[in-house]
Amino acid sequence: MMSFVSYLVNGISLGSIYALIALGYTMVYGIAKMLNFAHGDIIMVGGFTVFTAMSTAWCPVWLSVVIGIVVCTVLGVVIEKVAYKPLRSAPPLAVLITAIGVSYLLQNLALLIFGSAAQNFTSIVAGMPPFLTVLDGQAPLFFATAPSGSKAILTISMETFLSIVVSLVIMIALTLFINKTKAGKAMLAVAEDKGAAQLMGINVNGTISLTFAIGSALAAAASVLMCSSYPQISPYTGSMPGIKAFVAAVFGGIGSIPGAMIGGVLLGVIEQLSKAYISSQLSDAIVFLVLIIVLVVRPTGILGKKINEKV
Amino acid sequence: MRKATKNNLVTCGITLGFFVIFGILSMTGVLGSQLSGLLIPIGIYIILAISLNLTVGVLGELSLGHAGFMCVGAYVGGIFSIITQDTINPSWLRMILALVIGGLAAAIFGLLIGIPVLRLRGDYLAIVTLGFGEIVKAIANNIYIAMDKNGLHFSFAASITDIDAATKTDVTAGPLGMKAPQDTNLILVVVVLMICLVALMTFIDSRTGRACMAIRDNYIAAQSVGINVTKYRLIAFVVSAAIAGVAGVLYSHSITSLVSKKFDYNLSILILVFVVLGGLGSLRGSVIATIILYALPEIFRELGDYRMLIYAIVLILMMIFNNAPSFIMLRERIGASAPVQKIKSIFVRKKNTAGGAE
Repeated sequence: MMSFVSYLVNGISLGSIYALIALGYTMVYGIAKMLNFAHGDIIMVGGFTVFTAMSTAWCPVWLSVVIGIVVCTVLGVVIEKVAYKPLRSAPPLAVLITAIGVSYLLQNLALLIFGSAAQNFTSIVAGMPPFLTVLDGQAPLFFATAPSGSKAILTISMETFLSIVVSLVIMIALTLFINKTKAGKAMLAVAEDKGAAQLMGINVNGTISLTFAIGSALAAAASVLMCSSYPQISPYTGSMPGIKAFVAAVFGGIGSIPGAMIGGVLLGVIEQLSKAYISSQLSDAIVFLVLIIVLVVRPTGILGKKINEKV
Repeated sequence: MRKATKNNLVTCGITLGFFVIFGILSMTGVLGSQLSGLLIPIGIYIILAISLNLTVGVLGELSLGHAGFMCVGAYVGGIFSIITQDTINPSWLRMILALVIGGLAAAIFGLLIGIPVLRLRGDYLAIVTLGFGEIVKAIANNIYIAMDKNGLHFSFAASITDIDAATKTDVTAGPLGMKAPQDTNLILVVVVLMICLVALMTFIDSRTGRACMAIRDNYIAAQSVGINVTKYRLIAFVVSAAIAGVAGVLYSHSITSLVSKKFDYNLSILILVFVVLGGLGSLRGSVIATIILYALPEIFRELGDYRMLIYAIVLILMMIFNNAPSFIMLRERIGASAPVQKIKSIFVRKKNTAGGAE
């Protein structure tokens, strides 16, 4: 029972990281109608920036995280301006291949700078006691190290707790931002109809840049959480979580923001549970199998809108 | 001669010409051994690119799981060859059978995945094909088959234990992969490539191919003139899968050690890059783009770590230059400007002036 709870909590934690990444995919898709394949590599850049800031420059943790988020945000906006903006009216496949090119570029830059070997990432909450420890037959301990020699039947690490809390806060903030502020409503309007939004006086280019900035900042936050929970980083760190988050976005219905959150968390839980109870080698295959089944039953994802085509 | 036929003949000529010239160059030793070694993979990748072009260019559906079909072909063909290594003896016969079986297996997978999945369209179809590719890769990574005097032993996700060690031959060993007999040679690759090329040209020119293009250009209009959309989409999807399977068989028989890791989504994307840069729907474009893009990183090998960086930059610049409206306008303006027209007029004589009354 306790092990199930532990797998479930780990799954939710991993899933909330996926959800943060998936939000970037889904927002960019909603507004620019493009699959941003380089999104996964922005995670990697964020991870390496924080890694370098913490290990080389001896920055305090909070400053490293801020630097990571700023670098990713700027990078996301620059990529949009340089590579995607000239292609805004080009066929979608051309934009997709450009995004793949950007992804190759970021990966190979990281490969040149940091080498292909994985580096050890120091968790941003290293040294802190676990969030929750349940000892057999005793009251649960919060934020305390279990006395040595005692046997814990459930431990939830600080990283896991942090991932869930931070993701939750970010998601609530993002939902409020999109629904309550002028800039957020402009994003919704541009996603709905670019031409009409422009006629209403919305700065379409600015809104698209803002979307890329937010998506990349979320990716940076996700990278810090991910590298803290799975403390390694290499130039290829971003690609598999990127793909998984892409799957999560489609799973929830691409273009839908609550869909990305639900999709991400579900995907994380499915992955952890299948790793624990079915097979660790096949967990990826199971995730994708569930995705295929969901999409065959509901062809536009869980919360996706069905758009009727007109002739 | 029909224009389409002429066009197809030119494409066949380019492809065959490339392999004949470079084959001779490599036999006479003019081409270094490193570049000679590229000819077989280039042939295999051309087969993959033209088969993916059927799905992406002719049918208009994005597929990100082409490596999955290649993986099915590679594994089924390879397993068949290893098992029958002692029983079917002329190796060319065994290879032909392996090609047929591998292609059929990939076609069956294409049909199995195609029936439920072709209900989807656009990006949803793309992500499902990506998922399919990852599933195939994960399964291939967990299959263990070995042979001893009692016959075949099969195991999933765990290595085989109950086996007679003295007569044991590994067929495939999970993540360690398999070692299929080296039956692929350049002539075989070129022959198979030409067969696939001609078959695809005939397919695209046929009633079925035209139906596929009608679906690509306008789904609803195609439906409304009575084209059975599901049927034609499925046919194109299965043919594309079968050809990718054949390429997979050639691949597994051309390398010393086959591992499933190779067939990840990066491979699918690499093939997609060949297809898109060559031009959607253009077989000739796929052939030329594959040759150039596959050889490019190898030619720049002395640049070491920078070559993939340059490749990425070239890729982005090519896409922007070819597709951005501002660049297309710029190109047209340069093309129409007076100095360029003057240069052009030197090379291209206008018909009415050439046969003038003077």
